[in-house]
Amino acid sequence: MTLISNLINGISLGSVYAIIALGYTMVYGIAKMLNFAHGDVIMVGAYISYLSTTALNVPPLLSVLIAMVVCTVLGVVIEGLAYRPLRKASSLAVLITAIGVSYFLQNAALLIWGSAPKSFSSIVPFDSISLFGGDLIITSEAIVTVITCIVIMILLNLFTKKGKMGKAMRAVSEDKDAAQLMGINTNFTISMTFAIGSALAAVAGVLLCSAYPTLTPTTGSMPGIKAFTAAVFGGIGSIPGAMLGGILLGVIEIFATSYISSQLSDAILFAILIIVLLVKPTGLLGKAVKEKV
Amino acid sequence: MDKMVPYPSGAIVPERDLNKKPILETHHLGIDFGGLTAVDEFSLTVGRTEICGLIGPNGAGKTTVFNMLTNVYQPTRGTILLDGKPTAGKTTAQVNRMGIARTFQNIRLFSNMSVLDNVKVGLHNSIKEGFISSVTHLFGYRKAEKTSTERALELLDFFSMADLAKVQAGSLPYGAQRRLEIVRALATNPGIILLDEPAAGMNPSETSELMENIRRIRDTFQISVMLIEHDMNLVMNICEGICVLDHGKIIAKGTPDEIKSNPAVIEAYLGKKKEAEDNAES
Amino acid sequence: MKKFRDLSKYARTNLKTYGLVIIAFAILFPLQSAGMLSNSLNGQLIPICVYIVLAISLNLTVGISGELSLGHAGFMSVGAFSGVIAAASLQDSVGSEPLRLVFVIIIGGIFAGIAGLLIGIPVLRLRGDYLAIVTLAFGEIIKNIINCLYVGIDGSGLHFSVTDTASLGMSGGRIILNGPQGAVGITKIASFTAGFVLILFTLFVVINLIYSRSGRAITAIRDNRIAAESVGISITKYKLTAFITSAALAGMAGALYAMNFSTIAAKKFDFNTSILILVFVVLGGMGNIMGSIIATTVLYILPEMLREIGDYRMLIYAIVLILVMLLTNSSRAKQMAVSLETKIKNIFRKLKNILRKNKNGSGEVTDNG
Repeated sequence: MTLISNLINGISLGSVYAIIALGYTMVYGIAKMLNFAHGDVIMVGAYISYLSTTALNVPPLLSVLIAMVVCTVLGVVIEGLAYRPLRKASSLAVLITAIGVSYFLQNAALLIWGSAPKSFSSIVPFDSISLFGGDLIITSEAIVTVITCIVIMILLNLFTKKGKMGKAMRAVSEDKDAAQLMGINTNFTISMTFAIGSALAAVAGVLLCSAYPTLTPTTGSMPGIKAFTAAVFGGIGSIPGAMLGGILLGVIEIFATSYISSQLSDAILFAILIIVLLVKPTGLLGKAVKEKV
Repeated sequence: MDKMVPYPSGAIVPERDLNKKPILETHHLGIDFGGLTAVDEFSLTVGRTEICGLIGPNGAGKTTVFNMLTNVYQPTRGTILLDGKPTAGKTTAQVNRMGIARTFQNIRLFSNMSVLDNVKVGLHNSIKEGFISSVTHLFGYRKAEKTSTERALELLDFFSMADLAKVQAGSLPYGAQRRLEIVRALATNPGIILLDEPAAGMNPSETSELMENIRRIRDTFQISVMLIEHDMNLVMNICEGICVLDHGKIIAKGTPDEIKSNPAVIEAYLGKKKEAEDNAES
Repeated sequence: MKKFRDLSKYARTNLKTYGLVIIAFAILFPLQSAGMLSNSLNGQLIPICVYIVLAISLNLTVGISGELSLGHAGFMSVGAFSGVIAAASLQDSVGSEPLRLVFVIIIGGIFAGIAGLLIGIPVLRLRGDYLAIVTLAFGEIIKNIINCLYVGIDGSGLHFSVTDTASLGMSGGRIILNGPQGAVGITKIASFTAGFVLILFTLFVVINLIYSRSGRAITAIRDNRIAAESVGISITKYKLTAFITSAALAGMAGALYAMNFSTIAAKKFDFNTSILILVFVVLGGMGNIMGSIIATTVLYILPEMLREIGDYRMLIYAIVLILVMLLTNSSRAKQMAVSLETKIKNIFRKLKNILRKNKNGSGEVTDNG
């Protein structure tokens, strides 16, 4: 029974990683940059949801919507102010800037909301399901998380495959200059990608804190890094890859924690990332790009 | 210019190279990119001091051939013999040490370094200076640096660039950047040097200077030069053997005069006669 | 003659760097000996030396070799803890504290160098962002592993365990590393002089390396990897050279750092520390050794001197980091900076004109500039 329970927990945690990883992978695919601050947008989303439920007494679902709106705006503003001027700069410069943004968000949160952890109350209104006479308990959060993740995945796939905006995104990710010549507003498209990614980060933040209810300014950084690991694992730039990578990573983490060592679980996770990158640098579902000489 | 004569194998080389082993031989070389054949059945022999031209329409696969010869791309099929030794499985750096150097179509200099340092990087493998002497600046450091600086200035002087030694490479004018790339390649002491469109972007007087320089490289260093070029005047003037590539396949090999009158080459460059007539009618 | 002047141009910049460090030491050391430094500054001298060494060594990887490493604190950590173990082992056999410190620093450097080799071989095949994330991962792995490590020493030598102190199976003796609590009971043997010597050593290694055959190869790879390969330079060899040298220097700094405290835990050497060092390097200028030294010193002392802004320190770091990146890398920002400069110059010129006219006794000010 513990095996199944671990598996369910793993898939649930993995679904959160998957939602975060989608944000990473979309931004990487389109802007070819590692948005290091993505994890901290999660944290902001969770704080906004927390504050709107506790301070403003907003119903949980509405608080998620507010968090999504705030994060969307935040994502677009970050992109416009910090990343857009560096469109032609080296990837090293962009990455360092992103680290700066990440630090900025963490420390701004620290100043605004303090370092004391907030205890986040779950936004899921119904009770956990008890099976086999209480041997197997499936938390309501796990169910909601997995369902949300599947819905997001389907919607995103439809969006990128069918919609006009989605087509523009795929075009920009293939060749920015060519897309621009075809009349696609690349700056707008990249902004939209950040908007979607950040809205997803807000959802992920709320789900993450519903399952693990301590909220601090650094809540987002580790899940952010792990989700990036998941995106790389699945093949960066690929939406199903992010999904697959996220869920695999979640399961591995829970299994490593319960069967090997809770202290070493992160080390194991990162070791897997390194091995994957060395054996198959493009990830499980990624495509190889040859450098032109 | 020497007469081109055949080896027993049938490949033609300049008469003076006949008794020497060819510097470069390829047999049935081919490469596929994701199921698409970019180059196929590329077999060529280059004499020890031959100036050889590789020409063909855009997209014929000329640069791909250079990339295979320098193992930037690993060939899918066939063999390359450099100075009689196979280069399969070697890295680009190892192949360079075996005696092949090149320049690039889109110039690739170390643009933040000085002109002198660019050449000294080219001399890397002929400088005897280990990590310890690098870190301590002792144990032969001074001697190694002095010798390499002198050698680098000598090479730059060959192209009358010695006075530019301290200039940052990236700030050189275009023509000088192309020349510096050639000097850097020569610094690696190659047996054959590959020039990828050396005259691109040059004016006629620069081009004729370049032609002179290419001959001087061959005569001074007694090495072979293989070049990709679209300037037919240059190719026909200095190349002894020419190889024409179209759609990844060799369509003609021979002396400039043979190539000029080869119907397949004319067709590749000007389109089919029938098409031309059709176009004329409409 | 011409060659001599060329040499002296490099030499001048480097002499300035050495001179700066030596002068700073010559001023601070007597003050410290005479007890004339404030307590807080006195306590910061060794950490500043340590961070200067870390910044210079990271600059070798990031600025000179052009590879973003986010795990520099990991090497510091390896150096610190191998140094702690070495110090405990040598406590009885090497009586002289300075000599023991030298051994400790060397051992810290060797172990960190080995870690650099083991990590570098697989990692340096990756490029750009992937390399950054993998070095980050390695930093975290090192932290996690040391967090689980228990080491003790008794009459029969060193004992290691990954579970708890009880399983060390020791008869008497004492604990050196106690899992998440980290190293305990360190004899403080670090000194400001040692920090100064370590900075000089680091400068010597890094600056010499830059102006050498290996250094040219490293810079060439950074500027254009494919061209460097085409002239016969082994990419892996020289990337590794830079990476291992950088790791070993960081390990030496880490060992000195640990010897300055009585207890130290692995969580001190986390991602935030790596970023802090990176901030020093970026703000000092990539590839600029003197810049690293100045940026480290200023950024380390400044927040202590301005206690009021203490809470905003990291926030200000973040903003400055972003602004520096934007100003140095965005063409539009560069243009803006230039136009701002000319505007300020114009204002000064106008002021000067006004002053001059007032001096000449003309009351009316007309200026069309």
